[in-house]
Amino acid sequence: MRSLIDILELSTAELDKLLATADDIIENPQKYAHKCDGKKLATLFFEPSTRTRLSFEAAMYELGGNVLGFSEAQSSSAAKGESVADTAKTVSCYADIIAMRHPKEGAPLVASMNASIPVINAGDGGHNHPTQTLADLLTIHREKGHFDNLTVGLCGDLKFGRTVHSLIAALRRYDNVKFVFISPNELKIPDYVKDSLKKANIEYTETTDLEAVMPTLDILYMTRVQRERFFNEEEYLRLKDSYILTPEKLTTAKSDLSILHPLPRVNEISVAIDSDPRACYFKQVLYGKYMRMALILMLLEVE
Amino acid sequence: MTVDEIKNGIVLDHITAGKGMQIYKLLGLDKLEYSVALIRNAPSCKMGKKDIIKIDADITLNTDIIGYIDPDITVNIIKDGKTVEKKTIDLPERLTNVITCKNPRCISVTEQELPQVFTLADKENRVYRCLYCEAKAK
Repeated sequence: MRSLIDILELSTAELDKLLATADDIIENPQKYAHKCDGKKLATLFFEPSTRTRLSFEAAMYELGGNVLGFSEAQSSSAAKGESVADTAKTVSCYADIIAMRHPKEGAPLVASMNASIPVINAGDGGHNHPTQTLADLLTIHREKGHFDNLTVGLCGDLKFGRTVHSLIAALRRYDNVKFVFISPNELKIPDYVKDSLKKANIEYTETTDLEAVMPTLDILYMTRVQRERFFNEEEYLRLKDSYILTPEKLTTAKSDLSILHPLPRVNEISVAIDSDPRACYFKQVLYGKYMRMALILMLLEVE
Repeated sequence: MTVDEIKNGIVLDHITAGKGMQIYKLLGLDKLEYSVALIRNAPSCKMGKKDIIKIDADITLNTDIIGYIDPDITVNIIKDGKTVEKKTIDLPERLTNVITCKNPRCISVTEQELPQVFTLADKENRVYRCLYCEAKAK
């Protein structure tokens, strides 16, 4: 039995297999409509996340399975003080697989250590969010057809942005990927990420100027400056508008640039960009569902 | 300054000066019924000065704690007044309930009876990270 807590638990061969399964689901959805008949997914969401929860639920329904769970800690036994370990043991008696989001970092790992069914980390605080990375990877795979030789710009909150850290970890395994980190000084990429890139001789640059690097990028991954990651409201208000993508800023961009965003967007991408063919963020949402379907099949060992 | 030789027991030698008390406490030596001597700032040819701990009992020590705090320590096993074994300790791969995670967002802060586990992430720089949230040990 296997869980997915961190994207790095998947080998590149396994990632390739998931991408191939997702491609096949897109081409032949009817082939997968009953793969999980009689199976139940428990969505244990200790903090609200409409998008990820609905994506998991839609994924399970499209595989023919059923869903049970809760969408906030208040409606779970956690409100009575139940431990994550006990919740995981209990839910193992009701469901076949768990998708867990929790504000505490490491909570899904603790769940996986205690559950007797697979656990998928659906986001643990500012730590990991592997299924978002799977969505990001499928988007790049569908848009570019390859991962190597890409210049990937990551913009916005690079300090607390868990999706950014996971995506870097996944992409750095491919050949000749270059990273461009674009952020205000207060939200720079953590040193340990840079250290790991240096050690692996992976090229990266850091800048505060999005427009200056725009012409070099193949992928632009925008992120939201998240209110919930700040202890200090004043600092949040000061930084939230730092990097807003507008049509004017895109004038020097490559014609085949792919713009990604894990969503939800606040105002960091102008709505005017939504109709630009380079905008991929809503396709990314759809691809997220397909990758979650592929992942559920893999972890439930459904052929 | 002289401290009596021990007959059967353990001598922790070459402790970096200043770290002796930390090791004494973390190993729980303050709770032992046996004679234990902590010598601080003893002269050392190799180190200038060093701390030494002598334990007058053949007990089992948590070598993970020793390795984590100061992997340069030599552990001497004494039998019948003679050193029968000299051991050096490697940095442990995993530390359980030795240090605690300082990340307020870590599950180990709130989850009942969850052991505090750290793993060796970077041997060269002696960096440990929390198993759950991957925060660096401080």
